[in-house]
Amino acid sequence: MSKATWIRAAVLIGAVGALEIACRSGAIPATMVIAPSAMVVALVETLQSDDIGAHLSQTLSAVAIAMSLSIVGGFVIGFILNWVPFLRRAFSPFLAAYYAIPHFAFYPLLIVIFGLGSTPLIVLATLFAMVAMILATMAGLDRVPRVLLKTARIHRLSLLDEIWRIRLPAAAPHLLSGLKLAVAYSFIGVIAGEFILSTSGIGHEIAFAYDNFDNPRMYALILFVLAIVTTFNMVVYAYERRLMRRRGA
Amino acid sequence: MGGMFSFRALRDPILVAISLVALWQVLHHMAGDVAVTAPAPTLAHLWEMIGQARFLPHLRETGLAFLQALAIACGGGVLIGVVLGGHKLTGEVAEPILVGLYSIPKITLYPVILLLFGLGMPAKVAFGALHGIIPVVLFTMNAVRNVNRTYLRAGRAMRLTPVQTGWHILVPATLPEIFSGLRIGFSLTLLGTMLGELFASQRGLGFLLMTAIDLHDVKTILAIAVLISTFAILANAALLAIDKRLHRGAAPDTSGK
Repeated sequence: MSKATWIRAAVLIGAVGALEIACRSGAIPATMVIAPSAMVVALVETLQSDDIGAHLSQTLSAVAIAMSLSIVGGFVIGFILNWVPFLRRAFSPFLAAYYAIPHFAFYPLLIVIFGLGSTPLIVLATLFAMVAMILATMAGLDRVPRVLLKTARIHRLSLLDEIWRIRLPAAAPHLLSGLKLAVAYSFIGVIAGEFILSTSGIGHEIAFAYDNFDNPRMYALILFVLAIVTTFNMVVYAYERRLMRRRGA
Repeated sequence: MGGMFSFRALRDPILVAISLVALWQVLHHMAGDVAVTAPAPTLAHLWEMIGQARFLPHLRETGLAFLQALAIACGGGVLIGVVLGGHKLTGEVAEPILVGLYSIPKITLYPVILLLFGLGMPAKVAFGALHGIIPVVLFTMNAVRNVNRTYLRAGRAMRLTPVQTGWHILVPATLPEIFSGLRIGFSLTLLGTMLGELFASQRGLGFLLMTAIDLHDVKTILAIAVLISTFAILANAALLAIDKRLHRGAAPDTSGK
């Protein structure tokens, strides 16, 4: 391991330790932040309680569906936009401004159209996450080195072969960062929707715990969501590193 | 070169804008007034709302929160980014942490922000700045790191003072990349501020939006959404035009960002 990795680990452990001490000594009141150790204890307790399973499975399955839809759909749309310059020119100002639009304003309309339940949440999260994947796909395909495409032409690769063997691997790093964003944005979409209007799900439970000053349960669920996303990102990151090493980068 | 406002550059976005309004109209016919009000009455309602005196304080609240958050995100982000980019080890230590923070669903942290800052303006500003600052830091750090060493050596050969080196070499070399970061920071800060206003807020456009959601006032929901979206798209288009102009003279982007 490199020096930077060690220092980073020390910094992170130090930060958590400092928070622990500050909370235990009362410098930060428990009404604001509870000690990290207490968060972990609360997380274990929360996960063991009977009522949590339904909330977790609802939110996680909604996120999984939204994530798959946005990754596949985003890749296909990004590919088409990259292929057809007219469409790209027309859509790029809207794509670039997309994340400044308050999507959650449209959530009530989605509820009216799809009914209360998982469907409007999935639609909201998919709409929110898909564009990150579209942008990443376009950025990746833009940066395929010309020389590789020329090589493909010299070898007379068919279009499918060229896409599969040249364009996709060359765009892989960008596609992976799009993947990471799509996961995070699917979580944001589902959880924010559950915050606003929902009767179940992790987001609803966090908001409910906040309203009832139930800090241990609130921090436990926040920790749970962040731990899932961070684990996923680290797996992708490790894969990315392996990919880069194999290319000698 | 027809300039950045040539007819050709404007034609395609205008076509898309027209088709979006058409799509809106179709949605209205499919879903009816309960779910989607028609474009014309909604825009008329928006115009009427902007004219009302009670609308202005909300607009000012949101604008102020956004500007403060933007100032923190841009100023703080560039400052931190320069430090992290200038010092190699610190940058290496911090980068994965920052990337990790960037891809966390920050919405889950909003209750924590509310507990730390209390209800009101500071929480909105903090949440907006939290969204915007990380991309600014990452882009600035990369820009500072990637300054071509040859330029610095040339500067030393010409015996430039540190101030001259900064002004004539570092600023022009890093500005295009930093500006790209600021553009993304702008959009994310707006998103963060709006999200902050949607929950536990007593003033601002987000509050109006939540009230309209509770009352199921579809016309107002859509009017506010259109207002914010239009602002976001226009501001972003302007920033994008400046961004392109800055990048035109710069070396081709090889950083992969």
